[in-house]
This record gives sequence, C-alpha cells and structure tokens, in this order.
Amino acid sequence: MEIALLIRILSSVLADASPLVIAGMGETICERAGVINLSLDGSIMLSAMSGFAVAYLTGNLLLGFLAAMVVGAVIALLIAFASITLRQDQVAVGFVLTLLGAELANFLGEPFVRRPGPRVPHMPIPFLRDIPVIGEIFFTHDILVYASILLIVLVWFWIFKTQAGLRLRGVGERPEAAFARGVNVNRLRYLYAVTGGALVGIAGAAYSLSVKLGWSEGHTLGNGWIALAIVIFGGWHPLRVAFGAYLFGALISLGSILQRSIPGVPTQVFQAAPFALMILVLLLVSGGALERLLSFFPPRMRRLVGEALRVAPPAALGKPFVTE
Amino acid sequence: MTGCRLAPPLLLTREAMKVELREIRKYFGPVRANDGISLTVEPGTIHGLLGENGAGKTTLMKVLSGYLTPDGGRVLLDGKEGLFSSPAQAIGKGIGMLHQDPLDFPPLKVVDNFLFGRDSGFLQKREEARKELLELSGRFGFTLEPEAYVNTLTVGERQQLEIVRLLSLGVEVLIFDEPTTGISAPQKVTLFATLCRLAQEEGKSVIFVSHKLEEVLELCSEVTVLRRGKVAGQMAMPCTSEELVRLMFGQVITTRVAEEVSLGDPVLELRGLGVHTYRLDLSPVSLKVRSGEVIGLAGLEGSGQRLLLRACAGLIKPSRGSIFLRGEDMSGKSYQKFLDAGVAYLPAGRLEEGLIPGLNLAEHFVLARRGKASFFINWALARRDAGRKIEEFNIIGNPSTRVEGLSGGNQQRALLALLPDSLRLLLLEHPTRGLDVESALWVWDRLLERREEGTVILFTSTDLDEILERSDRILVFSGGKMLEILDAKRTNVEQLGYLIGGKRG
Amino acid sequence: MTYSQRLVNLLLGLAPIALALIFSTLVLVAAGAPPLEAYKHLLQGASESPAKIADVLVVWVPLVLCSAGLLFTFTAGLWNIGVEGQIIFGVIFATWVARNIYLPAILLLPLMIVAGMIGGALWGLLAGTLKVYGGVHEIFAGLGLNFVAITTNIWLIAKPWRPELGATMQGTDPFQPAAWLPRLAGLRLSPVSLLLALMAVVVVFFILRGTLWGLQLKAIGKNVRSAYLLGIATNRHMLLSFALCGALAGLAGVVQVSGVWGRDIPQISGGIGYLALLVTMLSGFRALGVAPVALFFAAIGVGAARLHLRMQLDPSLAGVLEAGLVLSVLLVAGLRARLLMPREG
Repeated sequence: MEIALLIRILSSVLADASPLVIAGMGETICERAGVINLSLDGSIMLSAMSGFAVAYLTGNLLLGFLAAMVVGAVIALLIAFASITLRQDQVAVGFVLTLLGAELANFLGEPFVRRPGPRVPHMPIPFLRDIPVIGEIFFTHDILVYASILLIVLVWFWIFKTQAGLRLRGVGERPEAAFARGVNVNRLRYLYAVTGGALVGIAGAAYSLSVKLGWSEGHTLGNGWIALAIVIFGGWHPLRVAFGAYLFGALISLGSILQRSIPGVPTQVFQAAPFALMILVLLLVSGGALERLLSFFPPRMRRLVGEALRVAPPAALGKPFVTE
Repeated sequence: MTGCRLAPPLLLTREAMKVELREIRKYFGPVRANDGISLTVEPGTIHGLLGENGAGKTTLMKVLSGYLTPDGGRVLLDGKEGLFSSPAQAIGKGIGMLHQDPLDFPPLKVVDNFLFGRDSGFLQKREEARKELLELSGRFGFTLEPEAYVNTLTVGERQQLEIVRLLSLGVEVLIFDEPTTGISAPQKVTLFATLCRLAQEEGKSVIFVSHKLEEVLELCSEVTVLRRGKVAGQMAMPCTSEELVRLMFGQVITTRVAEEVSLGDPVLELRGLGVHTYRLDLSPVSLKVRSGEVIGLAGLEGSGQRLLLRACAGLIKPSRGSIFLRGEDMSGKSYQKFLDAGVAYLPAGRLEEGLIPGLNLAEHFVLARRGKASFFINWALARRDAGRKIEEFNIIGNPSTRVEGLSGGNQQRALLALLPDSLRLLLLEHPTRGLDVESALWVWDRLLERREEGTVILFTSTDLDEILERSDRILVFSGGKMLEILDAKRTNVEQLGYLIGGKRG
Repeated sequence: MTYSQRLVNLLLGLAPIALALIFSTLVLVAAGAPPLEAYKHLLQGASESPAKIADVLVVWVPLVLCSAGLLFTFTAGLWNIGVEGQIIFGVIFATWVARNIYLPAILLLPLMIVAGMIGGALWGLLAGTLKVYGGVHEIFAGLGLNFVAITTNIWLIAKPWRPELGATMQGTDPFQPAAWLPRLAGLRLSPVSLLLALMAVVVVFFILRGTLWGLQLKAIGKNVRSAYLLGIATNRHMLLSFALCGALAGLAGVVQVSGVWGRDIPQISGGIGYLALLVTMLSGFRALGVAPVALFFAAIGVGAARLHLRMQLDPSLAGVLEAGLVLSVLLVAGLRARLLMPREG
C-alpha cells in the first residue's frame, strides 16, 4: 500500500474516531466513580440531534455544542439521581433512557432530517501541518479532534497524578473507605456522572456537526454501545480506552477498504462487522483469556503486566453507597 | 511476652489526649447496642475493651470515631466536647480507628493508600509520601513496600499501613478493633510491641478491643468489660482471668465435652491432592479420614485451607492427585456428583453464598430437596414440611419469612436445616463466625450429633481455641502448604500460632 | 391501612402516569403540536373501527409472546436484549420453510411454527453461550447479535430471496397460500395467533409459579452463587431460559411473516423486541400483567400511526410515551422506597 494512502487513512481514523474517544473518556470517569451510564446510545443520539437542530436554527455552532452538552448532562443527571439517591437498578434506568433518548431524537428531529447544516471548520495548525507524515496525520483536523486528543491526556493526568483523581478511584473501588477519609462519596459520584454525561453530549454533537454531518433517523445508532464496550475493553484506563477507540476506527476503515477491493462480499457484512467485532473484543477480555495469558509470566512480572492488562471493573461499580 | 503496662509513660506530649465517654446510648430499633456506657482512657495507656461478640464494643468505638452518631451521651476530649459527625472529622480531632477488616483500597498501591485522605493540594506528592511512609515504618520496624498493591499484603501488613497512615495524620487516640484476628503469631508479637511503643514512647491513648481474655491480660493497663450493651465492670491490671470471665459472662461457661466416638471405616482419602489457581498453589496433601472424625483446618486467610475444602466439595478440580470417597474415585467429577455422593459444603458468607435473599424459608426447603422433588410444586405441602423443619431446628421465623429477615444465628440454623439427612462428608467454612456463644454452642451440638451418625466433618476457623477444642486432628496450613497433621490433644495454641505464621511476620 | 395511607398509595400509583403525561405534553409542545389534539388522535386511532381494533391486536400478539418469554430470562436475573434478533431468526427459519417446502397448510403451518421457534431458540442460545461460557455481558451479546440478525435478514431479502419484480424494500415475494395463517374476514388478524398468545401467557405463568424449575430460576436470579452451592445447575438453567425466550420470540416472528405480512420484509421485527422489554418491566415482571400492559402499548402504537397521518408527527411519539412511562414508574418506585421506608440505623 502506498505511504500516502496509509497516511490519509491514519489521518481519517483519528478524525472519525474522535467522537468515540470523547464519549469513551466521559464514560470512563463516570464508571471510575462507580456509576454506569448505560444510556450512551440514546444520549449520543439525542445530543447529536439537539446539537444539530440548535446549530441549524441559530446558525451558531457553539450554541449547538452547548445544547448537546446540556442534553448529555441532563440525561446523566437523571441516571445519577435514580441510582445514587433513589437506589434503583442502574442497568434498568440506563436501558430505558437509551430507548427514550432514541425515540425523542427521532420524534423531535423529524423536521431536521436530511437538511444541510453547519459543520465544524477544519483548522490545520500553520507550521506543524507541514511536518512530513506526522503533520498530515495529527495537525490537519478541526478543533474537535485536537480537543479529543487533549482530553485523553487530561483525563489520564487527572486520574493518576492528582489528589482528586485518587479520590475518584477510591470512590469507585471502595466507597466506605473513601467515606472514612472524608470524601463525600455521593456528591463526587453526581459530579463525575454529570461531567461524563456532558462529554458524551459533546461526542454526540461531534457526530452530527463534524464526522457524520446532518441528522437522519437512527443517525448514530449503535455507537453508544460500542463506546461502552470500549470502556470495558480498555480496562477503565484512559490510554487503553483511547487505544480501543482508535483500534475500532482503524478496523472499520480497513473494512471499507476491503469492501471496495473485494467485490462480491455483501455490504451487510461490513454493516454488521463493528458489532460482531464488539462481541469478539469483549469475549477476549472477559473470557479469562487474559488470565490464562498472565499465568505464563513469572509471579514478579505478573504484578507489572497485570496492571497494564487489568480488566477488573471498579469494585463498587453499579452499587449504591449507603452510610450506616 | 512481658506486658508493658507496668512502666509509666516516658513522654507526655502536649497533644496527648484524655478521652472520656459519658452515658453513651445507641439503639438500633429495639436493640440496645450501647445502653449508657461511660469510660475514661488516660493518655499513654493501653485500655482494653473486653466483651463477647455482640456486647457492643464495636458500636461504642464507632461512636467514638465518628462512624455513628449516638442517641444520647457525650464524648469529652481533654474536657472539651467532641462529638463527630464523620470519621474524617474525628481524625481531624485526633481520633482514628483501625477496623477488623482495614478500610483501605485493595486495588491501589501502598503509597496511594497512604496518600489518600491527606490535604496535600492538587497534585499527588508521591515522593514526599514515600519518604514519610518509609520513615514511619522504619520507626516501628515495619517493612512496607510503597509500590506494592494492597491486595497482595497480609492482614498484618495492611494493619501496619493503617497505623502508619493514621499517625501521619496526627492521630493521638488509636482504636484497634479485634486486631489479632487473622494475623500470624510473629505478627502479633510485632503488633503488641507496636502498641506498647505507641502508648509509652509516643504517649498516645490506645484502645484495644477484643473478646480474647489472654491478650487483654497481657497487654492492657486497664480493662472495661461490656456485657449486653452495658458496662459490666472495670478492672485495673493486674487481675485474674476468672474475675474477667465472671464480668464477661456473669457465670462460668462449661462446654459440652464431646463423647468419645469410635472411629469407623475410612470415608475420605486424599492422595497427593494439589490445587492450582491464579492466586495460589496448594501443594499436594495426603490424608485418610475415618467416619466420625472431626478435622480442623488451621491457617491464616489465603493459606490454602479454603482451597482444600472446596476441592473436597468438588467445587474446584484438583490439578494433581486424587480424592476418594468411600473407595470411589471422585477426582475431576462435577459438583453435582459430589452432592449426590453425600457431600455438603457450607460457605462462610451466609447471605452471599449460602442462602438466597429474596426467597423465603419454604422456598429454600423446596430447593434443597434434591432429586426427591417432583416437577410440579404443591405449595401447601411445601409450607407444612418447612414448618416442621423450622420447629425441629428452633428457627425463629415461619415458612413465609424471607431469609434476610433472620438473625445471624437463625440463618446458620436454617443452613444446617437445609442439609440432607444423612451425609458422608460435611465441609464447613467458619461455622460459628459472628455468632454469640449460645448459638455457637448449639451449632456444635448439631455437628456433634452428625458425627455420632458417622459423618466426617472438615471445618476451617480463625479461632484457634475452637480448632483445638473441637477437632480430633488438625491440619496446619501456611503459604499454600499443609505443614503438618497434628493430634489435637497433643498441641496447644502457641504451637499452632507459630506454625501457621511460618517464617513471616 | 388508614384512609390517608390508602390515599397516598393511590396517588403514588397514579403518579407515574401523570408524570409521563406531563413529560410527553412538554415534548409535544416542543415539537410545536397541540397536545390535546394529539392525545385525541392517539386514542381514536386505536379504537375508531373494527379494522383498527384488529390492528391493535395484530401488534399485541407478538408483543405478548416476546414479553412472556422475557419473563424467563428476567426471572433468572438476565437482560435478554437480544429478543429482536431472536424474532428475526424465527422469521428466517420460517421463511425458509415457506419458500422451500410444499405441503398442505395443516402440515406446513405447524412446521413453520416449529422451525421458527427453533430458529429463535438457537439465536437465544448463542447469546446465552456467549454470556455463560464467554463471559460477555448478555446486553452486549444481545445487541451485537441483534445487528447481525438485522443485517443478515436484509441481505437475504436483497440477494437469495430477492423478489422477482419490484424493490427489495417491499420484501420478498408473497408466500405460498398454504403458508398463511388463517385470518378473520378482511382483517390482518389471525385467531390462531390470538390463541397462541394467550396460551403462552398461561404456560409461562404456570412454569414460573408451579414448577421446581421455575423456582430454581428465581433462585438463580436472586443469588446465582448460593443457587449453585445449593446444587442447582445454574449454567444449564440460564441457557434454557435463553432458549425458551428465544423460542417464544421466534414464534412471534412466525406470526409476523405468516399471519400479518405474508412475506419477509426488512423491518419485520419493527422494534417489538425492545418494546417487549419495556412491557415486561412495566408489568412488574408478573405474567398476569404482561397481557394488559402489552395491550396498552399496542393501542398507543397503532394510535400513533394515525397521528402521523393527521398531524404529520413522527410515530415515534408512541415510543416516547412508552419509555417515558417506564422511566416514571422506576422513578416513583424509587421515591416511594426512599420516602416511605423507615430511616436506617
């Protein structure tokens, strides 16, 4: 394959996967605090529609993103309220909100179907773009893509290098111990859930205003579920989750290329491929394959490698915290 | 081990704190956990809080350390009012509690645990923390590796981490809740030396909560005995154990002496049975057990005795060797087959692994009727059968009572009632954990009954006294190896304690 | 219970409905549509003629079948989101039979039913196997398999089962006459399917309440670890529940192709699977509640079609109402538990 083609593919993978990265980061911090936001698919759809609708009506991209952010945050707030304060099953509430979000998006979005709308402009960075190879891959995108990359670094830094990040980890692993050390567990959970939801909202708008322009029925269908799967695949570690998102994007691009070069394979295979891939990826991670892999390493190395390949969810994920 | 109670404190720092509890009351519904308790702890001393399980010791300490708000009473620190609404507030005022199961973060590293909860600003100051951690540990002779994950540490090491952490936060009063459960004998020696040092050299006020007489006698300068939520008495050391027993129980307890049972034919035979899991390898065990024998498995948590128990139940497949039940090779067969062969396994977590919260007693009894139940359920009949069993086992509840509504003692009775009538092999994990003395005795009465019928009993326990008293033979485990098979009549607590600790501590 | 307690109970029971109505009214306002008129059309749409009532029942049957089946998996504590795909595989298997086997209706129809149930059961078993032996959470397994099933169906209609004339959007060619379920005069409703739906509810009810297997399933759902230790074959039971649920979903698929459409179309499952999940949740996971709740949802669904015709509103308003209702129920149940429960400690 030509180098130029490869560069172009890598560049587009970076751009196309950026909403997934943003959603993945949002869900990672949410789940690290112990709250599952299962409504991602519905959230992304509703915020994609809202973002597009507001941007279309006002002509202002920023307002569109703001609207999407609010939508994502409100849905997350609802989930947080139902699970933290009302102590209802997070899976049940999340699932219903997925459907509700999707239906709302379809209903309210009807007047905006297939309308041409604003898009986020490309903002290549003046000097850096001219660097061979790297320049084209990294510095010829729009602001969202740059933001997504920055977000990965930010989230990683926050979780592992700050006191606040330590508190986040503690709240998700063992809330009783965090409480004993003066942390307001439920308040932090609300905060991270809502922040995560806001990021998910931005990811939604990133679809309708940048990656997959416009709005149609079921516009972003399935992407939320893939984001959830990537968080699991990534072991709740921001760098691995990002890696998962890019890997997914790359595999899908590979699929499109194969589709063009191998005639006769039905398009449906490529439509179904991301989801079959999702199952495969989860199978690999949950099926004990990694544990078996680890047993090949000597015990001392196991500790190091184990953390890198860690697949255990935050221990208190999904469980409401009750003080005596 | 000489007690340190006789030497006066060498150094009373300015922050040394005198703690007074006055008329503390805490009720949980109709249960009066603390019913007007008053006590005083002088700085630079180790004050013992003694009482059997359920006497109210932990509740009282939770009130003192900010986990619970009392329904009445006052706490005075150096004469000033000090009731806290949260544990963090309590630490701020200088009171810290070490729980029986340390409240730390197993998936995080030692240094992360040390850092968490400190006011060190925005960034994690790991280097600083590491230095302080190592310095404090060195002072007490602990060896803590900052980059190790807490879930790889032993209970004793986790305690040490907590001690060091609380000290770094400037705590003056340290409460230790049943700290000797689950640590080895050498670690206990270190712990006691640490406690003495904390009291005498650092001038801290130490409260030592325990239900074990000998430890309190050894360590403390003053003892408060609790019974049923009230103060039964206070004694200054030295005093005799009889006086303390009388205060704790109000009478002298006699335990039922097990009848001499003639052992029958071999029921269980293990030939080089080894088990391999991700976390632990159990080295091969060979053993022959005859009907009517009671075998106690002694060892620290995670030393392999639980693995052996589960392998004997067919829950884990052995990686090496074989297991025979009445001459039949059961190695590698499924759990269902073990159940069919007359094996029963009672796990430690009553509601987590044994009973099913949400289902009532009648439903449990229907489920337990293996093989003899028809496809369709006659609920009227089922309820009648359940009622009969409930009476027989003295369970306080009726067929429609959900199991989560039963007390711990009644849950254990229910679990025993669910067992099939005749068993070849009964495997129990911590059969009397968390039970009051009466219920524990009742459990062993039932177990001894089965033994007289010829059932072989294997059980694990962290209470070495229970192991010594109830077993015919004792298997000692340490670090994944079965070290020895001892005759219960020819050993004692000290020997057991040193064996299970191995060379660690 | 005192009078005021009864009153509070009643209010709390009605609260979710009120909440859902308020919510959907706001949504209608946001869409620029007069709410009262919309509700009027919604109600009329379902009841204005025998044909409409029959339409409601046509939607009701597959919904009931799937919801009843879901009771098996929910009792076992599982989220079988893959119902949609299980319906489709029932469709695929039944369609294959209809297109390739020529027998009189009295033999062909039962054969199609059996084939459809097997197809659904197999697809359900696949999700179950991924969960039990692969450690993949059943939500992801179910969803992924749904997409695979949908695209498989679309491919089948586009290539091997392509109609002679006309666009593939219309679906395959109509089935042979013997493959059609007998219908009531002039309507799309088949009395056979009504019978099947009612039978399913009754059978599920009895299995769950009156058999040992049902009780074992309940035990698994409450605490799978304890159930295993008590000697219950947890893996086998969970797989069986997936298979049974899939079988009923497959049956729903057969009803769709054979009783309603007479052929396979790309949107044959029409979101019924996801709706059935909501129905089962709303029925409080009780077999006796499934039929009335499904009727209510079916009525809204049919009414929403009229909404589309008369007011140019997207029929997904029905979904908004339905999901909104379930959400309200969850929220009110939570509020109730937290407000009325005695304080802990």
